Amino acid sequence: MRLFEYESKKILSELGVPIPRGVIVRRGENIAERIREAGLQPPLVVKSQVLVGGRGRAGGILFASSIDGAVDAAKKLFETPIHGLSPHHILVEEALEHKLELYLAIALDRAARRPVLLASREGGVEVEEVAKRRPEAIIRAVIDPWLGLRGYVARRVGLSLGLRGRLLRGFEAIALALYRAWKMLDAELVEINPLAVVGDQLVALDAKVIVDDNALNRHPGLGDRGLSVTGEYTEFETRAQKLGLPLVELGREGVAVVGNGAGLTMATMDLVYERGGQPSVFLDIGGGASADRVRAALALLASHTKSRSILMNVFGGITRCDEVAQGIVLALHELDLGKPLVVRLAGTKESEGRRILAEAGVEVYNDPVEAVDRAIELAGKRRIR
Amino acid sequence: MTVLVDRRTRVVVQGITGREGRFHTRLMLEYGTRVVAGVTPGKGGETVHGVPVYDTVEEAVKMHDAEASIVFVPAPAAADAVYEAIDAGLRLIVVITEHIPVQETMLFIDYARRKGTVIIGPNTPGIIAPGKTKIGIMPGDVFAPGHVAVLSRSGTLTYEVAAAMTREGIGQSIVIGVGGDPVVGLTLAEAMEMLEKDSETQALVLIGEIGGDMEERAARMIREGLFTKPVVAYIAGKTAPPGKRMGHAGAIISMGSGSYGEKVEALRAAGVQLAQTPYDIPKLLAKTL
Repeated sequence: MRLFEYESKKILSELGVPIPRGVIVRRGENIAERIREAGLQPPLVVKSQVLVGGRGRAGGILFASSIDGAVDAAKKLFETPIHGLSPHHILVEEALEHKLELYLAIALDRAARRPVLLASREGGVEVEEVAKRRPEAIIRAVIDPWLGLRGYVARRVGLSLGLRGRLLRGFEAIALALYRAWKMLDAELVEINPLAVVGDQLVALDAKVIVDDNALNRHPGLGDRGLSVTGEYTEFETRAQKLGLPLVELGREGVAVVGNGAGLTMATMDLVYERGGQPSVFLDIGGGASADRVRAALALLASHTKSRSILMNVFGGITRCDEVAQGIVLALHELDLGKPLVVRLAGTKESEGRRILAEAGVEVYNDPVEAVDRAIELAGKRRIR
Repeated sequence: MTVLVDRRTRVVVQGITGREGRFHTRLMLEYGTRVVAGVTPGKGGETVHGVPVYDTVEEAVKMHDAEASIVFVPAPAAADAVYEAIDAGLRLIVVITEHIPVQETMLFIDYARRKGTVIIGPNTPGIIAPGKTKIGIMPGDVFAPGHVAVLSRSGTLTYEVAAAMTREGIGQSIVIGVGGDPVVGLTLAEAMEMLEKDSETQALVLIGEIGGDMEERAARMIREGLFTKPVVAYIAGKTAPPGKRMGHAGAIISMGSGSYGEKVEALRAAGVQLAQTPYDIPKLLAKTL
């Protein structure tokens, strides 16, 4: 789960990372008053709080030379969706004059299976671009998870960034705080970009935290927030999340792809595309899905207007086909799907599953390719090649 | 030669009294796996399908000389179960459990490596040597003994591919689900090192997906001549949008890497045959063998 910039900054600030003075404002508030209360001095920077990359380029960050200007900017941002997401909060901060923009992050190095400290003198831009263009511009220090990040490692990285004196010690403190945040929050990524040189101090001008979804139960406060505010997910995806169903909207009208396991579901989605159709939704019912979960998934898809047909491709392992079949039957009894359903079943308890569906009059496919073709046909829409 | 397991491998089931543990213990026994003991703290003295249950892994190992374990313990207690198995001296631990926080996984994998224990998973369907033993949750009847190894990051796709191979008369020497999480114990490259030396394996099927760079590393091994047997690969997630998590934490294109294109490109450059769909794999294998 991604945290908002203002949330990330608050956490880092509590751990001792310098951040600009700022205030968070909501729709309908007296913005000018909030800015004055917070004692902010222009020039100001006004930042839309949405959870997408490339916010600056998309017009989500505005500068203002006066409080009135900042109020206008904030009002404008509330009316400006960024990549389809409208902000619930706007962050107003003092704009700090600065020289150098660095990049600093603690990330998970999947290959090393360890945390890694990433740093660069080329901050302020998307690190992916730097990584592609000039990989040598990014310093990497893999961290022994039992040792944690030690001060000397942070100092070594700071020195190779060209930092000396107070800046070097400041960098060390910030890097250690970042690692503490990474551990404390069960994060996948804690990032400051840019980390700016303001006088003889380093200040986090932007921050990003991604918390491991599998650890959210250890951080109840964060989990509650994630579901109450849309930011990262579409409204429909949020509804799925609340049901515990991993669902991704693919933005097109067509076949809703339901499978068990991410690999099979993705492969089915790819196959729909390969066969000339358009996948509308990716939905993984997961391992060992119960009848109730299957029923919930179908009930949810019944209300998805972009899905013209539903394709369910299940290969039972820990998932049992009879459970899946019972879930389908439950859903068909209880509600009007409003769109055709195509089922392909194989694996654990396949014959029981087939029997249950046959008794309910649901046709079951053997061949996944045939099932895909049928679902595309029923969606009534082929992709134009 | 055998890769990691054979018909004699003595297995402990951790979390044997839970719903999944109980169900799959029966299926493993039916497959012929030597499940010698189970462990559930507080349930020592019970039996599950005739298998004695102990309170600790240490006791189970002492009484039955077990070498491997399979973990069905739910995520909050799974790490503890893995450490217990490592400390009891097991040489192979298959972690079926999904949703373990990645920082936990990272630590127990590191600990296992230092103790010389191999971990498969987490979030894996397990390992099966068809006709010999199955330490996992895969439906046994879709596999058949043979000479093609299958390594996979996806559970259900593994079944799908194995079933298609079996239908076409292509059996498997060993099938390993390395796990779908961002961090896993046994990697594709490590498993390939073992398979290179395995006399029963004549070819390899790699089933990958978007996210991470395990496939790229496997490709590098092939390019460098460290793996010399023919390889057929399929990568899932061609049409997945970047930045979106496709079902589980491992399948995401992030930090600008792990895309379908990059993986396919790396494998193709290494001379690997790429399947367009999982169902094309047997055809490509038939040409290769």
